[in-house]
Amino acid sequence: MAAPFDQNDDSVVVIIGSGAGGGTLANELAQKGIDVVVLEAGGRHLPEDYVNDEWDSFAQLAWLDMRTTSGGWRVARDFPNLPAWIVKAVGGSTTHWAGASLRFQEHEWRVLSEYGSIPGANLLDWPITAAEMDPWYAAAEHKMGVTRTNGIPGLPGNNNFKVMEAGAKALGYQDVHTGRMAINSEIRDGRTYCHQLGFCFQGCKYGAKWSTAYTEIPAAEVTGHCEVREHAHVLMIEHDDAGKVSGVIYADADGNHQRQAARVVAVAGNSIESPRLLLNSASAMFPDGLANSSGQVGRNYMRHMTGSVYAIFEQPVRMWRGTTMAGIITDESINDPARGFVGGYEMETLSIGVPFMAAFLDPGGWGRSFASAMDGYENMAGMWLVGEDMPQASNQVTLHPTLTDQHGMPVPNVHFTDHPNDIAMRNHAYAQGAAVYEAVGATRTFPTPPYPSTHNLGTNRMAENPRDGVVNKWGQAHDVANLFISDGSQFTTGAAENPTLTIVALAIRQADHIASQMAAGTL
Amino acid sequence: MTHQSQLRGLSRRDLMSRGTALGAAFVVGQGFLLHARTGLALETQALDPGTMATLVQLARDIYPHDRIPDDAYLRAVAGHDERAAGDEAHKALIEDGVAALDAMAESAGASGYLGLGWEDDRVALLRQIESGSFFQAVRGDLVVSLYNQKEVWPLFGYEGSSFEHGGYLEHGFDDITWI
Ligand SMILES: Cc1cc2nc3c(=O)[nH]c(=O)nc-3n(C[C@H](O)[C@H](O)[C@H](O)COP(=O)(O)OP(=O)(O)OC[C@H]3O[C@@H](n4cnc5c(N)ncnc54)[C@H](O)[C@@H]3O)c2cc1C
Ligand code: SF4
Repeated sequence: MAAPFDQNDDSVVVIIGSGAGGGTLANELAQKGIDVVVLEAGGRHLPEDYVNDEWDSFAQLAWLDMRTTSGGWRVARDFPNLPAWIVKAVGGSTTHWAGASLRFQEHEWRVLSEYGSIPGANLLDWPITAAEMDPWYAAAEHKMGVTRTNGIPGLPGNNNFKVMEAGAKALGYQDVHTGRMAINSEIRDGRTYCHQLGFCFQGCKYGAKWSTAYTEIPAAEVTGHCEVREHAHVLMIEHDDAGKVSGVIYADADGNHQRQAARVVAVAGNSIESPRLLLNSASAMFPDGLANSSGQVGRNYMRHMTGSVYAIFEQPVRMWRGTTMAGIITDESINDPARGFVGGYEMETLSIGVPFMAAFLDPGGWGRSFASAMDGYENMAGMWLVGEDMPQASNQVTLHPTLTDQHGMPVPNVHFTDHPNDIAMRNHAYAQGAAVYEAVGATRTFPTPPYPSTHNLGTNRMAENPRDGVVNKWGQAHDVANLFISDGSQFTTGAAENPTLTIVALAIRQADHIASQMAAGTL
Repeated sequence: MTHQSQLRGLSRRDLMSRGTALGAAFVVGQGFLLHARTGLALETQALDPGTMATLVQLARDIYPHDRIPDDAYLRAVAGHDERAAGDEAHKALIEDGVAALDAMAESAGASGYLGLGWEDDRVALLRQIESGSFFQAVRGDLVVSLYNQKEVWPLFGYEGSSFEHGGYLEHGFDDITWI
């Protein structure tokens, strides 16, 4: 049967969310001839709609539904209702993302074995190995057109990169380049090359950057096997007497409740919404939330160890010109406990415009010190620090006991406190970041605190043993065979690398598994 | 907000004669605030014009950029007047906040907040109230309403949108020479 599909059609795979995980899974299944209904809470925005303006774009694309925060992280104080920067639109956060596409390192698939047990950390080895992931990574890199893979040249370095590169070299770092980016450096896949707009975080108006909004989703739709329903906010997942999921209830654009039947449900709402949905789907059979016999749904929330270093120089840098994430230093991504922490971190150039710089350089800061930093904007260079953070059972997404959203669904509370390992790593990264810039004459540097989370991971984690996690090595719920998790919430641990390439690789792999199980009649 | 002699058909000179000087920069009168040098006039809807003049100074003290003119700060705080017009609680927050600030300045021997000649003296008062709801409301709004004005971006060197020029590819994305 061809799309659109009947709401009572219980032969379809229902995918919740159309971002990195959901959008990729939808296309992979549709290409195999499997019928898919994608339910996406946001609307459809394409390159012609994107705006080169930070706050206007934020208002256009960001997930602004009520959320609350708690815990020791500074975000809870500075942005109490904005724990994360996530997109609500077809394409999900791949509209906003910068495009950095890095594979995990071999040891990052088995950190419990590598690091040993760390007090307070809920470490676990992934039930997948690096060797197993190799072909799926290759498929993801090919799909996304990642530079420095598949013979695709690297992007040219912009001003911000040149400053970081010179500093890195002066400091003796070895591995510095313009990154592995899912941004076309030449025409590919019917999309043009990067024109150095400098608004990668606002949606790429040239379509040079890979986003499921204009790659996977339309490719899935033309097969006739995929229907994307926009403004369809899923509120709960239903199951039958046998404990198999049978359909989902969603609010449509007018707020009316609808039901879509399903043969399989794949949840890909990003790591705050996905556990929220499972928790909100509690029933007599699943009193603690769907697929939560382990008690791990919502736990082990990870957001990567992050922070930024901005630096002012005597002369102009004009970092905002060109690719936002224009290059990387990978030397610190190794695991070297002699530094005082386990795991590693990447240093990646980052630029934000004057409006966001004012909001994020030192949230809450004011007075001459703050204003003079802003006065140095033209002479600023900047980098983002991103490293592996420790999963902790108490860092958790829960349902708020009293507050509800516009659909009457309990809002999610995001509780987070840094692990001592995260703090030690951040301090090291701040010092090294400042040293990079000081090596080429920075007159002032700023250790800038983490932004609201852009990488949200771990809240439905993968584990070999059903006692330790929510899903198995295919992202399939231990408790419910026809329920899958297809986004970053299935991450067992976070690794030092930006997560999206891994999310996409896992989704391609999962599609293969779902298709073969369906063919075998076991799904 | 109204520019140059457009307010109620009155000329800048008329407005000057109908108001009284407040601080160095502003003339305030019944329902209006006039920036003396630029002639930028604001017809206030809900807040006392003197309150608005104090807010402008407060905004500059929070984010002191000596190269940004007063009218940018005035535009940045104008939203409080608009909001106060439909929101009594907000009106009270702002009016009471400014009154409290004036009272603090008076007990320090000055004629209100604007009577404190040195930024350091004004900032010393602000440090005492910075965790309070009035200060937080003003600062939290200002960090967007000031820095999100396209008019001030050139003063930071920021060029903003580039799509209409075909991106920075041909416009200096890699033109750094000193490194
Ligand atoms: C500014 C920024 C820069 C980034 N840069 C990078 C980078 O350089 N490299 C990298 O690897 N990663 C980067 N990321 C992170 C990357 O965007 C995410 O890791 C990735 O998109 C997550 O994929 P996902 O499928 O888990 O969720 P998303 O892509 O966020 O998609 C989730 C989708 O689900 C929808 N949804 C949620 N709940 C429901 C519901 N109940 N019903 C229906 N729909 C729902 C949402 O509207 C959304 O469209 C960046 C993120 C941001 C914000
Ligand atoms: S810099 Fe390149 S990738 Fe980023 S928005 Fe511009 S064209 Fe797109």
